[in-house]
Amino acid sequence: MLKKFDKKDEESGGGSNPFQHLEKSAVLQEARVFNETPINPRKCAHILTKILYLINQGEHLGTTEATEAFFAMTKLFQSNDPTLRRMCYLTIKEMSCIAEDVIIVTSSLTKDMTGKEDNYRGPAVRALCQITDSTMLQAIERYMKQAIVDKVPSVSSSALVSSLHLLKCSFDVVKRWVNEAQEAASSDNIMVQYHALGLLYHVRKNDRLAVNKMISKFTRHGLKSPFAYCMMIRVASKQLEEEDGSRDSPLFDFIESCLRNKHEMVVYEAASAIVNLPGCSAKELAPAVSVLQLFCSSPKAALRYAAVRTLNKVAMKHPSAVTACNLDLENLVTDSNRSIATLAITTLLKTGSESSIDRLMKQISSFMSEISDEFKVVVVQAISALCQKYPRKHAVLMNFLFTMLREEGGFEYKRAIVDCIISIIEENSESKETGLSHLCEFIEDCEFTVLATRILHLLGQEGPKTNNPSKYIRFIYNRVVLEHEEVRAGAVSALAKFGAQNEEMLPSILVLLKRCVMDDDNEVRDRATFYLNVLEQKQKALNAGYILNGLTVSIPGLERALQQYTLEPSEKPFDLKSVPLATTPMAEQRTESTPVTAAKQPEKVAATRQEIFQEQLAAVPEFCGLGPLFKSSPEPVALTESETEYVVRCTKHTFTDHMVFQFDCTNTLNDQTLENVTVQMEPTEAYEVLCYVPARSLPYNQPGTCYTLVALPKEDPTAVACTFSCMMKFTVKDCDPTTGETDDDGYEDEYVLEDLEVAVADHIQKVMKLNFEAAWDEVGDEFEKEETFTLSTIKTLEEAVGNIVKFLGMHPCERSDKVPDNKNTHTLLLAGVFRGGHDILVRSRLLLLDTVTMQVTARSSEELPVDIILASVG
Amino acid sequence: MEALILEPSLYTVKAILILDNDGDRLFAKYYDDTYPSVKEQKAFEKNIFNKTHRTDSEIALLEGLTVVYKSSIDLYFYVIGSSYENELMLMAVLNCLFDSLSQMLRKNVEKRALLENMEGLFLAVDEIVDGGVILESDPQQVVHRVALRGEDVPLTEQTVSQVYLFSLHPPSGFEFFWNFPN
Repeated sequence: MLKKFDKKDEESGGGSNPFQHLEKSAVLQEARVFNETPINPRKCAHILTKILYLINQGEHLGTTEATEAFFAMTKLFQSNDPTLRRMCYLTIKEMSCIAEDVIIVTSSLTKDMTGKEDNYRGPAVRALCQITDSTMLQAIERYMKQAIVDKVPSVSSSALVSSLHLLKCSFDVVKRWVNEAQEAASSDNIMVQYHALGLLYHVRKNDRLAVNKMISKFTRHGLKSPFAYCMMIRVASKQLEEEDGSRDSPLFDFIESCLRNKHEMVVYEAASAIVNLPGCSAKELAPAVSVLQLFCSSPKAALRYAAVRTLNKVAMKHPSAVTACNLDLENLVTDSNRSIATLAITTLLKTGSESSIDRLMKQISSFMSEISDEFKVVVVQAISALCQKYPRKHAVLMNFLFTMLREEGGFEYKRAIVDCIISIIEENSESKETGLSHLCEFIEDCEFTVLATRILHLLGQEGPKTNNPSKYIRFIYNRVVLEHEEVRAGAVSALAKFGAQNEEMLPSILVLLKRCVMDDDNEVRDRATFYLNVLEQKQKALNAGYILNGLTVSIPGLERALQQYTLEPSEKPFDLKSVPLATTPMAEQRTESTPVTAAKQPEKVAATRQEIFQEQLAAVPEFCGLGPLFKSSPEPVALTESETEYVVRCTKHTFTDHMVFQFDCTNTLNDQTLENVTVQMEPTEAYEVLCYVPARSLPYNQPGTCYTLVALPKEDPTAVACTFSCMMKFTVKDCDPTTGETDDDGYEDEYVLEDLEVAVADHIQKVMKLNFEAAWDEVGDEFEKEETFTLSTIKTLEEAVGNIVKFLGMHPCERSDKVPDNKNTHTLLLAGVFRGGHDILVRSRLLLLDTVTMQVTARSSEELPVDIILASVG
Repeated sequence: MEALILEPSLYTVKAILILDNDGDRLFAKYYDDTYPSVKEQKAFEKNIFNKTHRTDSEIALLEGLTVVYKSSIDLYFYVIGSSYENELMLMAVLNCLFDSLSQMLRKNVEKRALLENMEGLFLAVDEIVDGGVILESDPQQVVHRVALRGEDVPLTEQTVSQVYLFSLHPPSGFEFFWNFPN
């Protein structure tokens, strides 16, 4: 029997893979056969196969050897053997980015592309486009246009798809082929239609109107290809998203009509598009959910998977919409595909009741080891959501999490678990001790530095407050002995925190820290030395300031200030108070929203925003000498309705003794130009308006900025809260809306704006104190005042806490902004920095009877801030 | 897995893989830079194989990608796309690849037969997906376009059994190969 590879098999000693022992050099040697005449097509095609196989296996071909083989291969175009020719096309494509001068085959390919052999033409087009660059493209443009409208589907499809690839580098040329693509889009062949629509969309995607037209044109007549339907659904949902909102549009009707398509692929695409539309209502979701429910019992695993995965997404936002599917989901829990089972369970966890949790958890733990990390993360996310929903179940869930933590897993998975446990500990004080001891166990054998240092930080923060702090010391000190430098440094900081808060343990902590002073690593040594010296002073204020509560300044701000200081050396020591404060405290990141999403870094953005303001203000000569910018109000306040002639928004900037109001004005009248725009302000209190900085000119729709500078009241410094009545003054000049030419003459005009409020919060910057008690002691009771108020209009403690935090603009510490259920007393702890750089701390005890009674105690290193706080609350 | 509106795109397929029953690569084509180096690709293939070869569950989510797969005797076929991709589209590609090969190999989809028809495989994949875009999803069309013909094998070189096979299954023009799997 003839077997092509028989000989090879014998040579290589049998084995089932004839390609197994291919040597690159030997194969390239063989390629010399290409030069022989007459050409032996079978032999040559086989050698090409070997070359492709080698490339496929990841073998690296050097430029010279590839070019050599490539040139030898070009000889093979003399043969008319179809398979050999096709293998040549493949080789050209594979080598187009390895070999040099591949364009020499252009003419051969162009000949094949326009030739008689239909089976050559499609692949030839694809190979040709692969080796063509934008300059060469012009030369073959005519052929491409013909190929796009060719009646042979494979040629037309090949030309369209190749054009799509070419869009990336030669958009301008391909754009000219729109008419041909348009013609192809009406083709009877399903793939040609799909490719043509895809190309049309990509050419026109920046032109909303054209895209809308395209959708309505092609959806009206119905499409032949399910792929084209999927494409159009995606285009339509993207348009809808940008249009934002209105579901009455024909676009939404189109997507909904696709739910009744005969192809499952289209139905699913439509359902998933509806689910993914932002702000979808339960009513709009219902038809999508019901087709997904049908898919849940499909015999095709991929369809079941797709359905349950999409339902899982729905359950995140609209759990009630999915409850109808609970029965179907229950059936999927035992699905042989573990991915489907996991998704079904996590969906049920979101929609089900508290009583079903235990059962579901048991089921899920039975196959946890069989599913991939991605799904494990999904499970952890579901659990984390559950903990927030049913705090009473934390014991069951925690146990489950710890079992998971002990198993093998990648970083993302482990991080998700640790995040989840930490958020449980923070939410739920009962679970703190068990949680901490499990985490201790985890860091004993933890390969992820980030997680280890995070847990050490948490131990330092929470450990000293537990009943038996000494048991954590062993775990922490083990890190110092066993781990690498980053973890060691983290452990040293944690140790110091124990020493700072617990006098009994201080002597032993000092002994441990003394050992760390001998460490090999600079950072570890520095930290140990620093903490050791601070602790040996045995002063609570020092401990609080330097160990328990870290720096509150913004790090980029500090960097800039220090750099400035080194550039302009002066006699004065560097003043930390001149550095802008971090607007969002660092620890905030973690507690926000879902704990499992990747930690964003809001504080960096906020810091730069304030820096931008600082630079802008420093550029105005009137504002020199105001000192460093203390605070900018986080959100601009609108002083006009959004759709009036002029739109004005105000940002408040606070300095040590002054305030600057920044008015961002936009003129929405296209027949006017405003000049010399100022905002006149009339204060009700003893504020004094010093000067106005006008916006020179305000043409149509170009935002401009003017400023007003006021001095803070000197005589009665406690009267910081104030209302300003505002009036915009300007010169109007009429202008031609089309040419933009302005008249020379103008007239004065005024425009009344809404009043602007300045409150206590504008004078205080939020600051995070990790350890409030220590900070409280540090400030001391020299300037302490206490008063009691009745909040007659407030009926619940949550409301009271929310109002106080908002009113004072200070940072709630130690999670005291969360009021536990069923309690009628609560203590709110707030920290901030008053303008000028004085720490201000407020402890507010709340008692709920019929109304809320509040006892406010304020401490600061100066008298003024305390007075202001109490005066403003009253 | 947050809600996300996809940028409408024809680039559906990220990779097509065929592995043998040891998890070794027989064929691999990556259409984008998700795994730029050979080392990363092989690591990904190893991971995929470990997670899928014991189960015949058709679909999985791995390293943030949707993987649809199918096995036949000692071969494992994989089609990989983004996790936001329509799973059924990927399935259509997988089915088309498998059915085309099955027809070309006369239902004999196993490693040895496939290796003896590597060029058929290369050409078929080239007809199904081009640079990540689905080019054709109908196996009949694919087989037709691959169109391997055995015209240059002189009759005298064929064995009796082959000629016999001929008369039993007359080639309809495109199903005929140079070599029959034995």
